[in-house]
Amino acid sequence: MAQDNNPQHNDEKKIQETREKFLKDYNKKREVESPDGQKIEVEPMKDYFSQQRPQRKDPHKGVIEKFLNWARSESIWVLGFGTGCGSIEIPPLSSPRFDMYRFGVAMRPTPRQSSAMIISGYLSVKTLKRAIRSYEQMMQPKFVMALGSCTINGGMYWDSYNTINRLDHYMPVDVYVAGCMPRPEALLAGFNQLKKRIREGRAEGANQYADHFDWYKANQKKIIKDWNMPDYNW
Amino acid sequence: MQDIVDKIRSRYDVSEVTEQRENLTFVTVEKDQVVPLLMQMRDQEGFSHFVLLTAVDWIEEGVFQLTYILNHPGKKVDLGIRAHINREHASMESAHHLWQQVATYQRELKEMFGIDFPGSPRVDEEFFLEGWDHTPPMRREFDTKKFSEQTYFPRPGSKSYDPREYMKQKLYCDDYEEEQ
Repeated sequence: MAQDNNPQHNDEKKIQETREKFLKDYNKKREVESPDGQKIEVEPMKDYFSQQRPQRKDPHKGVIEKFLNWARSESIWVLGFGTGCGSIEIPPLSSPRFDMYRFGVAMRPTPRQSSAMIISGYLSVKTLKRAIRSYEQMMQPKFVMALGSCTINGGMYWDSYNTINRLDHYMPVDVYVAGCMPRPEALLAGFNQLKKRIREGRAEGANQYADHFDWYKANQKKIIKDWNMPDYNW
Repeated sequence: MQDIVDKIRSRYDVSEVTEQRENLTFVTVEKDQVVPLLMQMRDQEGFSHFVLLTAVDWIEEGVFQLTYILNHPGKKVDLGIRAHINREHASMESAHHLWQQVATYQRELKEMFGIDFPGSPRVDEEFFLEGWDHTPPMRREFDTKKFSEQTYFPRPGSKSYDPREYMKQKLYCDDYEEEQ
């Protein structure tokens, strides 16, 4: 992927202005009273969220990494996050007919517990904001599977004013499953592809995100106009 | 239905009447008569159910066409009330005091078409889009393709074909070669 072809370096001052404009009241700097009656100044964006950038975590060497990758590939825990029309293809996967559990794939309710994220169709800008927050909260190593032509090139929403065209400009994607929509069988094939990729040690999306963090952030901030959250939240 | 249209004609400046179906009629009135007409329909004629409020952008004529659709639950008939408002500084009298849910439609129209409804509750808050700072996207002067190309990193290398020629080529290749 060409990483540095369009670095949209946003002006720091402009970002600060936007943030102040769209920041929610409960995230604004304010003075609160503690239970003991003391006045405390709270700045939620600094006090409640970490300011640290994502860190690269180099893979282990040799047989240890191979063993870990085997373990990761055999227990893919998927975040229950559905966007677009593809989310309706995921519930049948857990039914007896397709039975994703035989591949070691299970659904998890929170980002902290999951290792894989399925972007299941078109992403509006509004949803992308939530998807990025969920993605950043997931633990390393994390994998992204993108369903449908919408995540590849926009699909039938290619000229829409509020759906993105290419997902890989906003978060690193490991496996694309083509189709409109892909059937559950295609999803299973995608999971097998993802497992293969993890075992080969090529599923380094989280490290890629950390390495090219500025590029991803610039792309995200280009379209998310009301940026009222921390740059990186985990 | 005809008697209601006659009643409307006798009191308001009706410029057009369209009988769409047996149970659906559209009447076009002046902009400032819409809210009194809605109120009369609701209170005296029994059109108590408000169905929808929508807008159409007639950019060639320079107007927005607003359509309020009312339903008579007893007679099972619909009445559409239309009005044209100017596209420049588009503004319309709010009807949220007649039905609460009108306010939601008005918020949507404010965001999607930029039609202002002064006095309507929460009309200036963002309804669906977050932080939108461009032309309202449903206005026809807004070029959605151009906007998408500038904003969303289109994937290079896409081709488009004339569907008619392409299907001839792919599906009926024998005939196509003969034609050539």
